[in-house]
Amino acid sequence: MTATLEVRDLRTHFFTRAGVVRAVDGVSFAVDRGKVLGLVGESGSGKTVTGFSIMGLVDPPGRITGGSILFKGRDLAGLSEEEMRGLRGNRIAMIFQDPMMTLNPVLRIDTQMIETVQAHERVSRDEARQRARDALGQVGIPSPDERLRSYPHQFSGGMRQRVAIAIALLHKPDLIVADEPTTALDVTIQGQILAEAQKLCRVTGTAMIWITHDLSVVAGLADDIAVMYAGRVVEQGPVDEVLDAPFHPYTVGLIGSVPSRNRRGEPLRQIPGMTPSLLDLPAGCTFRARCPRAEPRCSEPPPMAEYSPGRFARCIHPYNVPEMAA
Amino acid sequence: MTVYLFRRLIQAAGVVLAMSVIVFIGVYAIGDPVEILISPEADQYERERAVKALGLDLPLWQQYLTFLGKALQGDLGRSFVFNEPALKLILQRMPATLELAVGATVAALIIGIPLGLYAGLKPDSPLSKGIMAGSILGFSLPTFWVGLMLILVFAVQLGWLPSTGRGETVEVLGMRWSFLTRDGLAHMVMPAINLSLFKISLVIRLTRAGVRETMLMDYVKFARAKGLSPRRVIMVHVFKNILIPVVTVVGLEFGGTIAFSVVTESIFAWPGMGKLIIDSINVLDRPVIVAYLMIIVLMFIIINLVVDLTYSMLDPRVRLEAKGT
Repeated sequence: MTATLEVRDLRTHFFTRAGVVRAVDGVSFAVDRGKVLGLVGESGSGKTVTGFSIMGLVDPPGRITGGSILFKGRDLAGLSEEEMRGLRGNRIAMIFQDPMMTLNPVLRIDTQMIETVQAHERVSRDEARQRARDALGQVGIPSPDERLRSYPHQFSGGMRQRVAIAIALLHKPDLIVADEPTTALDVTIQGQILAEAQKLCRVTGTAMIWITHDLSVVAGLADDIAVMYAGRVVEQGPVDEVLDAPFHPYTVGLIGSVPSRNRRGEPLRQIPGMTPSLLDLPAGCTFRARCPRAEPRCSEPPPMAEYSPGRFARCIHPYNVPEMAA
Repeated sequence: MTVYLFRRLIQAAGVVLAMSVIVFIGVYAIGDPVEILISPEADQYERERAVKALGLDLPLWQQYLTFLGKALQGDLGRSFVFNEPALKLILQRMPATLELAVGATVAALIIGIPLGLYAGLKPDSPLSKGIMAGSILGFSLPTFWVGLMLILVFAVQLGWLPSTGRGETVEVLGMRWSFLTRDGLAHMVMPAINLSLFKISLVIRLTRAGVRETMLMDYVKFARAKGLSPRRVIMVHVFKNILIPVVTVVGLEFGGTIAFSVVTESIFAWPGMGKLIIDSINVLDRPVIVAYLMIIVLMFIIINLVVDLTYSMLDPRVRLEAKGT
C-alpha cells in the first residue's frame, strides 16, 4: 500500500534580494493512513514552509525548486494551481497556528464554513449548513446551530481552533497538515484538542502531519517523528525510540532543553548558540557550530544513515547507537 | 442602539452650540459689513438707521442671543444682501452642490476601488506602478489648474462638453436637479471629474494599502487553504476588510466636498453652495456665512453618524449594542 503522503527530497527556496534562502533543503518523509507524523524543530527550521509546500501555498519569492510530494501516488508539485485548489480544503486540509488570526473577523462562522463546503461540492446552502453544523458538533462545540450565526470574536481561542478544525474536517480529508495548532492555547484546551485529533486519525484513517516545537506534544500524539534543523531533517524514526535514545546531537539537545527533565535547582540546560542564518549556511553539517561532538570530519556534509532499523540520522558520530549497528 | 443614538444626539447638540459661538465670534471679528453694504455717500442718519435695522448696534452677546433664539425657531437670519432668509438661500443652492458631491464620490469609488485592488494584488506590475504614479498626480495637481485644463481641452478645443452652469434641470421633490436630464448630466461631467480626481487617488491608495496588508493575514491564507477560488478570497475575505478604512475616509471626504468645493464651483460657474459662501464672504453677509457654517456642522455630524453606523454593519467587532458572550 502506498503511503498517504510521501515527500521526497523536497526543496523550497526563497529568492530574496539578499540571496537565496534555502528554507527547505532536501526533506524526505512519509505518512501512512491513520498515522501522525510529528515534525519538530526550532523556529526557522523550515517546518512551516514544509507544511505550506505540501499545501501548494508557498508565495513568491518562494518556490518549490526540487523534489516531489506524492499524495496517494500523485505528485502535487506538478499539479496546476487549479488542480491543487481542488485538493486543498478537500483532500488535504490545514490547521494554522494562531486561532485568533485564522478566521476572518468580519464574516460569520456559517459563511466561512458553508463556502468551504460549496467550494468543493455542488450542494445546496441548506445541506452545506447541515454539514457545517455536524462538523461543529463533532469537535465538541455546544449548541452548534446558534454558534453558526456567531462571529469569530465571540469565541474563545480554544473554541476558534475547534472551529478551524471543524472546517478542516468538512470534507473528511485524507491528510491534515496541522501547523502548531495548540501552541497558542492553554494546557487543558491543548490536551482536549490533542485527544480529538488522535481519535480522529484512528477513526477516519486520516493521516496527519503535526508541526510543533513542543516535544511533549509529539510524545503523546505522534507515531513517528522527524526532527528538522536548518531546512533539513536531521533525525527520524518511531517517536518512542527517538525520544528514549536520540541519535543526533541536536535531538539530544532539544530533549535536554525540556525544563521538566531538569532537576530542581539546577540551571536549565540549553543548546548553545542559535540557528544559523539560512542565507549563509555553513558547509558540511549545519549543526556543527553548536555541537558538543563536532570534529574536523564534520565539515563534510553528513549523509542520512540508518543506524538501527527504521531510524535515520544525519550525523557521523551519533549518540545511543546500539553496539551491533553501523 | 436607542441609547447610543440618544447619546450621540446630545453630543451633536453640544457641538452645534459650541460651533455657533465660535462661528459667531469669528465672523464678527472679520470685519464690519456696514462698510461694504452701505453706500459711502450715505449720511450719518441713514447709516445709523441701517445699522439699527440690521441689529448691528447691539453688543455682541446680545446679537448672539437674538440669533440663538431665532435659530431655535428655525430662523437663521436674513441675508443682508438678498434680503431673504439665509436658510432658504442656502437650501436653494444645496441640490446643485449635493449632486456634484455625490457624483464625484461615486466616481471615486467606482474608479478608485478596482484600480486600488489591482495595484494591491499585483504591486510589481508596470500597470500598478503607473496607477500609483497617476495617483500622486491626482493628489498634487491643484484643482483650479486641472479644472482650467479640462475646460481648455474638452470645452474649448474639442467642444464636447459645456463648460459653465448646470444646464437643463428638472424639479423633483421641490428641488431642481441636473443629473436627470441629458444636458444637465453633460454639464456635470467636468466639474464632477475635477472634484473626484483627488478622491480617486485617495481611494486607490487606501485600497491598495488595505489589500497589501490584508493579503498577509492568516485568514487569507486559511481561506486559500480551504480551496476557495481566488475570486472569492479577494471579493469576500479581503474586500470586506478593506472597506472599513475606505468608508471612513470617503465619508469625511464627502462632507468636505459638499462644504468646500468652492474652487470647482467657481471655475465651472456651478451655482452651488460653495459659490454662495464665497460671494457672501466677499460682502460680509454675516447671516448667510453663519447659517452656512451651521448647516455644514450639522451635515458633518450626520455624516459621522452614518459612517459609524456603517462601521457596525461592516465590522461585527464594533457592533453598537452589547450582545451575549
